[in-house]
Amino acid sequence: MAELRTEEMVLNMGPQHPSTHGVLRVELVVDGEVVVDAVPHIGYLHRCFEKHAEAMNYQQIVPYCDRMDYLASMNNDHAYVLGVEKLLNIQVPERVEYIRVIMAELQRIASHLVAVGTYGLDIGAFTPFLFCFRDREMILDLFENVCGARLLYNYMWPGGLSHDLTPGFIEKTKAFIKHFRPTIKELNDLLSYNEIFVKRTANVGVLPADVAINYAASGPTLRGSGVKWDLRKDDPYSVYHKFDWDVVVGTGEVGTLGDCWDRYMVRVREMEQSLRIIEQALDTIPDGDVQAAIPKRIRPVAGEVYVRSETPRGELGYYIISDGGQKPFRVKARAPSFVNLSLLPEISRGYLIADLVAIIGSVDIVLGDVDR
Amino acid sequence: MHNFITQYLGTGFLGGLLSAVLPLLFILPYALVTIWLELKISAHMQDRVGPMRTGKWHGWAQPIADVTKLIQKEDIIPAAADKALYLLAPALVFTGAYAAYAAIPFSPAYIGADINLGIFYIVAVSAIVVLGILMAGWSSNNKWSLLGAMRTAAQLVSYEIPSSLAILAVVMVAGSFNLNDICAAQSGWFWNWFVFGKFPFLFITFIIYFIASLAETNRAPFDIPEAESELVAGYHTEYSGMRFAFFYLAEYGNMFVVAGVAAALFFGGWNSPFGVYLSGPVWGAFWMISKAMVLVFVQIWLRWTLPRFRVDQLMYLSWKILTPFALVNIFAVGLWVVLR
Repeated sequence: MAELRTEEMVLNMGPQHPSTHGVLRVELVVDGEVVVDAVPHIGYLHRCFEKHAEAMNYQQIVPYCDRMDYLASMNNDHAYVLGVEKLLNIQVPERVEYIRVIMAELQRIASHLVAVGTYGLDIGAFTPFLFCFRDREMILDLFENVCGARLLYNYMWPGGLSHDLTPGFIEKTKAFIKHFRPTIKELNDLLSYNEIFVKRTANVGVLPADVAINYAASGPTLRGSGVKWDLRKDDPYSVYHKFDWDVVVGTGEVGTLGDCWDRYMVRVREMEQSLRIIEQALDTIPDGDVQAAIPKRIRPVAGEVYVRSETPRGELGYYIISDGGQKPFRVKARAPSFVNLSLLPEISRGYLIADLVAIIGSVDIVLGDVDR
Repeated sequence: MHNFITQYLGTGFLGGLLSAVLPLLFILPYALVTIWLELKISAHMQDRVGPMRTGKWHGWAQPIADVTKLIQKEDIIPAAADKALYLLAPALVFTGAYAAYAAIPFSPAYIGADINLGIFYIVAVSAIVVLGILMAGWSSNNKWSLLGAMRTAAQLVSYEIPSSLAILAVVMVAGSFNLNDICAAQSGWFWNWFVFGKFPFLFITFIIYFIASLAETNRAPFDIPEAESELVAGYHTEYSGMRFAFFYLAEYGNMFVVAGVAAALFFGGWNSPFGVYLSGPVWGAFWMISKAMVLVFVQIWLRWTLPRFRVDQLMYLSWKILTPFALVNIFAVGLWVVLR
């Protein structure tokens, strides 16, 4: 029996694979079905965002920001316009910031719905996916109502917004909140606490808090490990400091702290918190203009600025350098998906291929955000 | 005589041929109807309407359009494939599913082959499917296919044990391996059916059999061999066109086999639920197919509700839960049969 041995096999997962969430290629070394090593290869969706940004003036970059993390366009724009405004040293009307927060939180719910739905799909549950998309559709209808676009909005501009809220938007959003609260419970019954789902995700892909911090993880991936770190609370931007809400962290209630289920559940619970923020913002939104008086051609004084914001995937930062011209000298984006993806080899070793699918899904990467 | 065809035409070539072709004439429309049902049921469970246009009325022609498309598609054989095995595999898988129909009692007047070891034959012949799937996975020369095939082999072999043990419990109660005799033993009103009449023993047996049969048909939550989010499409990743359709057909064929066997073993088979009312050869066929279709519906229902098990959890369920339970169950049933 001594000469009986098994050999490891190299297996290419992707770039055309149903559950790599886009064009990610993971080079797997597997022993049978056990993952010995997983090396992510990226770049299939690289669109030269940073280089493009050097060739355009500040307003023209906004649509490119839309396309980075295409599931959270509003959040991408939010950080960028805050950066430009900081560089210009201007103050936008309060109403603008309120609307931006409402949009960003609606976008967060929409993005988490995709993450949660496709996560069910990865585990093999098809129906919750379509339930999530049904509700996401309502949010997209709200966005369409206010700015005409459903995915890539170009809504937040340096110094303001492209349009004010349409009449009836506030009522429609309130109706959505009323509809959506019970559906979170429905989702929990159908998927989150499903015995098979819990079995598949609890104790899988455990990410200890210190490893998460060492890898600079952020967003639900970090909070799933029990680290209470949310930029909306810890480094408040926009008008987030005015609202009363809680940072959701993983609890390890069905398995180990920092497993896939925790990361998943953080997203589900964050949706409820986002609803709270939206409700308060809708109730207290002030009247006013939605465009600050800024010149058509922006020429910030030479200097640099780093702004960061909490997108559904984590810390999105823009490092913008101005040389005093119409175009930025350099725009560097710190993409949360890119950083979180680097965790993959660390947390997937020793699990099965089926678990790897669960782990990739629980980190919730968007390849547009990884490659930019 | 349990076969009206051989009664009139004799057991010669003509009668034999017609008896063999009749299940095929059933399988094809049944598969089309079930594919359509699956499309519509899944759609309605998910807040959609499903196909609505093909064939005007609720997209009834959608499966026909699908099959037509599959027939027209190019039959791709990968250059590095083991050609002989690759071509043979779909036929073998379908044969395994189709051959089982011979021993299913569709009506008191029709059973393809009224053999003494009918249920034993079904269990044995269904095992051919494993062989075909292994061949498909191996010959495709694709790592995903191979993984899928390995999973299938492990899964089907494991789940045949609890399902066979469950069947044995029924055989002990009925005292026969012949499905017609088993059906006949449940005649009368529906409380005579084994699942209700021999409560709770055969009710537990039914649960064990049904779970195991889900795994044997590779349906969710046990669709691990094809697990599209993990293994792309498992053992049939490389197949296209009509050969792919054969795998599909075999899957739906198998669904009916296990549902039909469950209907015969536990739900009275061709017996009418209302005693002598609405019984007879034609009504018998109606009841048999209806009962089996209800169970097929349950299979579809589960598929669109539950997530998928992981491969080791699947093995755990079979060897550490279902098999011990089935063993205890068979012992309890045996004791009960003796003491009765």
